[in-house]
Amino acid sequence: MTQILKDFPNIASLRSALDARKISAVELTHTLLKEIAAQNALNAFVDLNPELSLEQAKTADQTIADGNAQTLTGIPIAHKDIFVTKGWQTTAGSNILKGYKSPFDAHVVEQLLQAGTVSLGKLNCDEFAMGSGNENSAFGPAHNPWHPQVVPGGSSGGSAAAVAAGLVMAATGTDTGGSVRQPASLCGISGIKPTYGTISRYGMIAYASSLDQAGPMARSAHDLMLMLDTMSGFDTRDATSIQTCRGVGNQIGRVKQDFTQHAQHIAQHGAKPFSGLRIGVPEEYFGSGLDNGVAKAVMAAIVQFEALGAQKVSISLPHTRLSIPAYYVIAPAEASSNLARYDAIRYGHRTEQYTDLTDMTARSRSEGFGAEVQRRIMVGTYVLSHGYYDAYYLQAQRIRRLIAQDYQAVLGSKCDIILGPVNPTVATPMGEKNQSPTAAWLADIYTLSLNLAGLPGMSIPCGFAPGFDGQDLPVGLQLIGNYFEEGQLLALAHQFQLATDWHLRRPEPRTGDQA
Amino acid sequence: MNWEVVIGLETHVQLSTVSKIFSGSPTRYGSAPNTQANAVDMALPGSLPVLNRGAVERAIQFGLAIGAEISPRSIFARKNYFYPDSPKNYQISQFEIPVVLGGSLSFLVDGQPTTINLTRAHLEEDAGKSLHDNFPGPHGEASTGIDLNRSGTPLLEIVTEPEMRSAAQAVAYARTLHNLVVWLGICDGNMQEGSFRIDANVSVRPFGQKEFGTRTETKNVNSFRFLERAILFEVQRQIELIEDGGKVVQETRLYDSDRDETRSMRSKEDAHDYRYFPDPDLPPLVISPEWVAQVKAGMPELPQQLSERFAKTYGLTAVDTLQICHNRETAAYFEVVVGNLPENQGKLAANWLNGEVLAALNRDNLDLGACPVKALQLAALLTRIIDGTLSNKIAREVFASMWVGESGGEPDAIIEAKGLKQINDSSAIDALVDSVLAAHPAIVEEYRAGKQKAFNSLVGQVMKAGQGKANPQHVNDALKRRLDA
Repeated sequence: MTQILKDFPNIASLRSALDARKISAVELTHTLLKEIAAQNALNAFVDLNPELSLEQAKTADQTIADGNAQTLTGIPIAHKDIFVTKGWQTTAGSNILKGYKSPFDAHVVEQLLQAGTVSLGKLNCDEFAMGSGNENSAFGPAHNPWHPQVVPGGSSGGSAAAVAAGLVMAATGTDTGGSVRQPASLCGISGIKPTYGTISRYGMIAYASSLDQAGPMARSAHDLMLMLDTMSGFDTRDATSIQTCRGVGNQIGRVKQDFTQHAQHIAQHGAKPFSGLRIGVPEEYFGSGLDNGVAKAVMAAIVQFEALGAQKVSISLPHTRLSIPAYYVIAPAEASSNLARYDAIRYGHRTEQYTDLTDMTARSRSEGFGAEVQRRIMVGTYVLSHGYYDAYYLQAQRIRRLIAQDYQAVLGSKCDIILGPVNPTVATPMGEKNQSPTAAWLADIYTLSLNLAGLPGMSIPCGFAPGFDGQDLPVGLQLIGNYFEEGQLLALAHQFQLATDWHLRRPEPRTGDQA
Repeated sequence: MNWEVVIGLETHVQLSTVSKIFSGSPTRYGSAPNTQANAVDMALPGSLPVLNRGAVERAIQFGLAIGAEISPRSIFARKNYFYPDSPKNYQISQFEIPVVLGGSLSFLVDGQPTTINLTRAHLEEDAGKSLHDNFPGPHGEASTGIDLNRSGTPLLEIVTEPEMRSAAQAVAYARTLHNLVVWLGICDGNMQEGSFRIDANVSVRPFGQKEFGTRTETKNVNSFRFLERAILFEVQRQIELIEDGGKVVQETRLYDSDRDETRSMRSKEDAHDYRYFPDPDLPPLVISPEWVAQVKAGMPELPQQLSERFAKTYGLTAVDTLQICHNRETAAYFEVVVGNLPENQGKLAANWLNGEVLAALNRDNLDLGACPVKALQLAALLTRIIDGTLSNKIAREVFASMWVGESGGEPDAIIEAKGLKQINDSSAIDALVDSVLAAHPAIVEEYRAGKQKAFNSLVGQVMKAGQGKANPQHVNDALKRRLDA
């Protein structure tokens, strides 16, 4: 089996090949569908529809032949199973939605289809995006292409695995508490969660509405930029969608323009492209709990930033540790309500035997939802209950404001961006986290606070650290910017990737079912 | 013991928007089940609510009409409970900060001016309907059907303070509220179709006691008569219960109009913990002073303002204006009539509208919209009274002919055709008087002997001789002149 995407390090190179007719979108799609089948053991995909994928590829080829190709025409991608799709099942990784077909496409799916991408199918994820190892999926876990026995991260584990394994050029993910950044980090790819509200949530199955945000995952910062630019934009169907970002219309082209301006600015500085850039390094992100190998790789990346001209500034984000309790109150609270609609009445799994309506709903939900989802529904129901609301939910909202203030106290005045780790460790062995579900929550320490603040953040590969089995596994560097600064983050990450090759490292393809 | 009744009402007013409060589906009544429910109304995965500004504007209109505060920033919350016709299993409503705060309604109860204060009014979505019609279930078993056409229909829930002290007061409040929302055009007022549903919170306490008694809530009463019956029943039930040594249980009750009684639906113990929290899908509802001003500019004159204007301009009494300003159609009808009469004839117009027209409408069970006598025609008739062509009595005859559409309902044509013109000519009247005096010497003698009654008898005879068309005032004058000469 050849790895066809290995020849194309980024979307631009594949674009050239498609435009030069060195390869057709149909050919590419055919080959990738075969490779997906061959790498079935990764369990990255949960639904395929080869006919529809080939049809989209055919349309793309026609567009190219007509000379109307756009940046993403014919580019193979796939969607996290959290986005509803007309052509593929949408289950959110849950038995409760087994076989569900949506009558409409999510906004993100529409946007990418209009841009000419070819979707290869739906990608595995933690059930309702609850988890950080993709082990809470009704379809079974997805595997990390770097080692079959370690997790790819989650909840967008299938997305990260598919991109890292070269089965797609890019994928969509969603990030409620780190679900784009963390699997990107653990699989050695790039991923960005933009400012809350810049990508419409229409058609994105809700986990925690005030935290959920879509984001692309790809092999480079430049590819992320192309994807994000297409995915972003104001949408009247989502009331939390943002119309203008600091005076600029939230529409296709905004991210690209911002990226280009920052890239030009950086390029003016020659050998020290990051001259004048102040990078904040939060002391709270390098405390106990951070794996040595990960710390080393991240510190090395910061040194690299300095070598490129940036100035390192020590900063403090004092409420960081409170992000875990705040998040694990707010997210379950919203989830307990968002998931109430899965009641076995209008769609979804219905139990075989029941005595009455209440029994039917209760049994169906008990059968349909996995353990982690049930745990969060119960926690959420509890914290919203009469007599507990003030102590938990309201308190968590206060913490949320403090966390947002932490960032505003440093961003702009003390530093331009913040750098740090994404995850305390490299990818961990499968099964480990399931032993203590609440211990697993602690690992989200570096990612949760961004969702609570609504800020943009991304993960790019910055090295390797020894992990399970003594094998070196990827480490991600987190870049955090102020609201609507996606363009700047992407330009800096792009410059970093011009100077380093971490993002070009690929796992060896695995075939058969070593897992 | 003497008992004091305490009543507070919560009214669900269905707002007259074309589409639903959080989706683009139509709100039409009576469509085939589930034909006007989209992804949002069915709570499909990935669907999101988007607020209908039209619903907000109707709430603002209501707030302005009752002199309430319009919240500059109100919050939509989720009310969480599982119910099969509530597809999200939470209702989007307003909890801590509603869109309308305070305000009051004034009305007459048995001629007594009464003012009831409102606590709040908030926007929320309606639920669907369960159809208990034994539909075949997935395993062939008899099942309940669900119609989501109504799911997401916009409601304004209007809550009063517990200030009403009798069923009559409660009914008067409810009627006034109904008139107002229909007047404003924010609700079609159709009670049969559930556009105006009332929940009555009722408790009793011994006179003089400060604390409220335990209340019950009777839900979804959909007529004023049922409201009165339900309250009277509930008051009686509570008093008897307490006097028999029992205790009122806080519970939700249902009024059964067939049996004319209220029945327990669920007690407080079964009450849900709704776990309200702000809906993260909907940003706070921000209403700027500019928006309020814009809504205000598009509002009709309110009943209160109109009453005051009518009273001042036309010298009408409170009873007159209350009748005329009962609804917009009546007020508009009145304005057309009075606008086509000479100055200072408002009272005449009011008397006819509130008297003859209303009586005929009631008799034939018609709305003013279906009134056979149009406002301009009534004005033409009244003009003939004012210019002396018709006596009041004959005018009523003409009106009756107009009502049944004789001569196209045009008064002048009827007068002409029937020869009903009043006789004002003094020589003609004198001739009539002379013939009557000649024919009835005995009565003339009685009058001369001092019997005043005899005079009236002679007037009657003259009127009769003139087939009722003689101007009564002129007849009076002419008789007096002749007899006292």
